[in-house]
Amino acid sequence: MNKNKVIQVEELTKMFGDFAAVNAITFNVEKGEIFGFLGANGAGKTTAMKMLIGISKPTSGKAAVAGYDVFTNAEDIKKSIGYMSQKFALYDDLTVKENITFFGGIYGLSRKQIKEKSKVLIEELGLENVANKLVGALPLGWKQKLSFSVALLHDPKIVFLDEPTGGVDPITRRQFWEMIYKAAHNGTTVFVTTHYMDEAEYCDRVSIMVNGKIEALNTPKKLKEYFKVDNMNDVFLKLARE
Amino acid sequence: MSINISNISKSYKKVKALQNISFKVETGELFGLIGPDGAGKTTLFRILTTLLIANKGTAKVAGFDVVSDYKNIRNSVGYMPGKFSLYQDLTIEENLEFFATIFGTTVEENYDLIKDIYMQIEPFKTRRAGKLSGGMKQKLALCCALIHKPKVLFLDEPTTGVDPVSRKEFWEMLKRLQQKNITILVSTPYMDEAALCDRIALIQNGKILEIDTPEAIVKHNPNQIYNVSADNMYKLINSLKTYKHNHSVYPFGEFVHYTDRRTDFNPKALKVYLESQNLSNIHINKTVATIEDTFMELAK
Repeated sequence: MNKNKVIQVEELTKMFGDFAAVNAITFNVEKGEIFGFLGANGAGKTTAMKMLIGISKPTSGKAAVAGYDVFTNAEDIKKSIGYMSQKFALYDDLTVKENITFFGGIYGLSRKQIKEKSKVLIEELGLENVANKLVGALPLGWKQKLSFSVALLHDPKIVFLDEPTGGVDPITRRQFWEMIYKAAHNGTTVFVTTHYMDEAEYCDRVSIMVNGKIEALNTPKKLKEYFKVDNMNDVFLKLARE
Repeated sequence: MSINISNISKSYKKVKALQNISFKVETGELFGLIGPDGAGKTTLFRILTTLLIANKGTAKVAGFDVVSDYKNIRNSVGYMPGKFSLYQDLTIEENLEFFATIFGTTVEENYDLIKDIYMQIEPFKTRRAGKLSGGMKQKLALCCALIHKPKVLFLDEPTTGVDPVSRKEFWEMLKRLQQKNITILVSTPYMDEAALCDRIALIQNGKILEIDTPEAIVKHNPNQIYNVSADNMYKLINSLKTYKHNHSVYPFGEFVHYTDRRTDFNPKALKVYLESQNLSNIHINKTVATIEDTFMELAK
């Protein structure tokens, strides 16, 4: 396998009865890339992502994530990735520190590693004063930043983000993207699924799924040029309406 | 005047959800309340729809006071909460019947108002609401909020979690409803939807930052914004942030939006600086402020 291609997908398909939820998709994602995975509700994004993170077996095709085959090494994939979703991120009734300890434990870090990581993370995010407060009491933007850091605790090769900044205020949102750029700069691959098209504008490359197939894949700039529009929202509308 | 809010404040224990909010919405206006989660949008909606009582201030909706005349308001307004709150185990048809009956009317009587929207979900009318897709749920909820022909329609984040195609369709529907002389107060965290409203209020942390037409709000932005790009986004942001003359540095899609503190700012000087930071392929171009730029400037 090519070392720089951390996600390699070939003709990947998932059938539910006669219905092809994901229909022979093919794409690669490079190390350190911020890759946007877009599609309308029901286009097949979630089904595709579930196969990539090793929790759903494909019907046919090939895929390797972080060097592991999705058919035979799903458990190894889970250990090599981080995952953050807007819907479920952290436990509201645990404190900031307890959340870090809990997820550190889940990811198999030692007590010593957890202690060190917690300190660095809390300092970096400026959470010293709220480290012993319940996460439920934090503003949404802080939670999102914390939950992204937690998803990176075990230095995963790839981090999967599901609509990471929806509803977050514009300034915090930018701080969040700065964190993403930093992670990518340090070599972590960032895989973003979203239907917030303004999030898509930040990605290095984006793919757009329509009815189970990838109908477009390129940099946001090239896609906008190709469809002769000003923003990704209009690119999306053009593709989805055809 | 369709909605008249004057000095409304509301606190939950220590949290000041709304602080001294005042604004008016004209009859037939499409008014947007634009702000992130936690700004106080839902609290204001609940006060205006008589589901919550403010600590201070007064408000009138369709000419009725939200406290003393609450019953009249409930008959005159439609409310679509942010969280889907129809009966999941009733079908599309049954939900609509139910809401019509509650308001002492029939689906037939006001069918004209919902026809455009209802036709899109009618093929699935015997399906249970819990089994519908996000876009279909949203259309059904709108039909139920409209079935008693309200004077004022309250829509709390109707497009959150909805894909761009359904979002666009939804706004087209709102424009058509507006033609029927229904006043609409709609909230959204999507800054790009602000441009579709007649007037907007930008809200954050329980305070109104500004109220005006979307065009005027953008024009009021005092800063000249520059689109800056280079070969390495991460290094570019860090370099701009350490540039001593910067006023603001915000990643903005494929660019960084940069404003400078000097009145005689020359982009060439910035380019020289960025080159000294080992960046290449540098582009610096003037660009026009968006609602989001203005929001960030006001919230700073």
